[in-house]
Amino acid sequence: MEWDWNFVWQIFPTLLQGVKITIIATLLGSVLAVFVGLAIALLRRSPNRLVSTTTGFIAEFIRGTPLLVQLYFIFYVLPDIGILLPPLVAGVIGLGLHYGTYTAEVYRAGIDNVPRGQWEAAKACNLTARQTWTRIILPQAIPPMMPALANYFIAMFKETPLLSAITVLELMNQAKSVANTYYRYIEPITLVGVFFLTISLISVVVLRWLEQRYGRIER
Amino acid sequence: MAAPIIEIESISKSFGAFQVLDQLSMQVMPGEKLALIGPSGSGKTTILRILMTLERIDGGHIRIEGEELYHMSKNGGLAPADEKHLTKMRQKIGMVFQLFNLFPHMSVLDNVTLAPILTKGVSRADARKRAMELLDMVGMSAKADAMPSQLSGGQKQRVAIARALALSPKIMLFDEVTSALDPELVEEVLNVMRKLAAETDMTMLLVTHEMGFAHDFADRVLFFDRGRIVEEGKPDDIFRHPKQERTQTFLRKIIAAGHRV
Repeated sequence: MEWDWNFVWQIFPTLLQGVKITIIATLLGSVLAVFVGLAIALLRRSPNRLVSTTTGFIAEFIRGTPLLVQLYFIFYVLPDIGILLPPLVAGVIGLGLHYGTYTAEVYRAGIDNVPRGQWEAAKACNLTARQTWTRIILPQAIPPMMPALANYFIAMFKETPLLSAITVLELMNQAKSVANTYYRYIEPITLVGVFFLTISLISVVVLRWLEQRYGRIER
Repeated sequence: MAAPIIEIESISKSFGAFQVLDQLSMQVMPGEKLALIGPSGSGKTTILRILMTLERIDGGHIRIEGEELYHMSKNGGLAPADEKHLTKMRQKIGMVFQLFNLFPHMSVLDNVTLAPILTKGVSRADARKRAMELLDMVGMSAKADAMPSQLSGGQKQRVAIARALALSPKIMLFDEVTSALDPELVEEVLNVMRKLAAETDMTMLLVTHEMGFAHDFADRVLFFDRGRIVEEGKPDDIFRHPKQERTQTFLRKIIAAGHRV
């Protein structure tokens, strides 16, 4: 088996299409995870015990089961109850929910790290609960957790090949179909690795920058 | 005789098994400057925190300007206060904290203007104007655009005072406001408070270990121990001629620790 550059150039555009879908899935999944994580973190703090325990249970359940199973469930089981989703949408929801349960923990830590005095000062200033969250607590909690969040998004990026299991034409799926068509695996699969490595390395640089920029808040 | 602005009627408060306040009653007249002194754990800070609604009481009643703080009338009876009632009552009260608790992500000016804009619907321009006056009064107008992290402890505390004043409370609570400061920074904060006491008719409650300042500042001094008021009176009486043995012991210890009286 030898490396064939001509074949590489021939399949490159197809794989690039896959890269595009992979990046879109990661970005949308990240955005969803940001909001799902925040929602879980806030609901778990609800003074209503029913709300907080139910949320906690659901979050533990999602975190404790494999992403692949969840993707199958969303894409193949939900249609049984009439919810039919396009593959990419199902994939993004799966990624967002799954990683949302992880980012929820990042939020929790970030929120817990805001000193109690900030809550008390907000109360002494007579701010409402909503104003306290949006003006005082979250603006202090979120910047220090940017690196941790970004870490999860890089992890999510590397898990997007799972989406090929629900027919999303992301990078891995494109590579597989190319490979199956030409019965050559070495170039497509190597390229998948190279693409992932390149984007991961770029992400790590961004991550380092985020750590520098937001890693600590001056008090 | 005017009605008291604060009436505290046999309130109790425990943290777990530790009884901080035990059936405590006291009254404060409008404009009165009160110093609360006593050993740590005696309950003096808890009173301020309860008045600011940072802690709930286990029992008893508090009335601010005749109106129940933790209760509201409902169907002819008294029900526990809801958030709306507490919000209304909190407008009368401001607090300055031992650790300043400035909002670190906002400039000095924004720290002072935030609450008036959000809670009182004051326009941004008016809030800025008033904030600059207050910052001027505490000697911090030159630092209006600075971030809290760029300030010294004394400067932070002066900004915190301006922030509390921006809501024009009738009652100001000062919780050990100089305890976290380096000794050379204490005086600049105390000067601001002297000025406040002289220039406004706000009711002020002060928890402090600065006995000299308490002596000069207060109209009345209350000595607390184990959740009760052991002795109260004019500053001269409490500091020069304490009657109760516990007050005498406490003051002796404080003087031995190097605080002037």
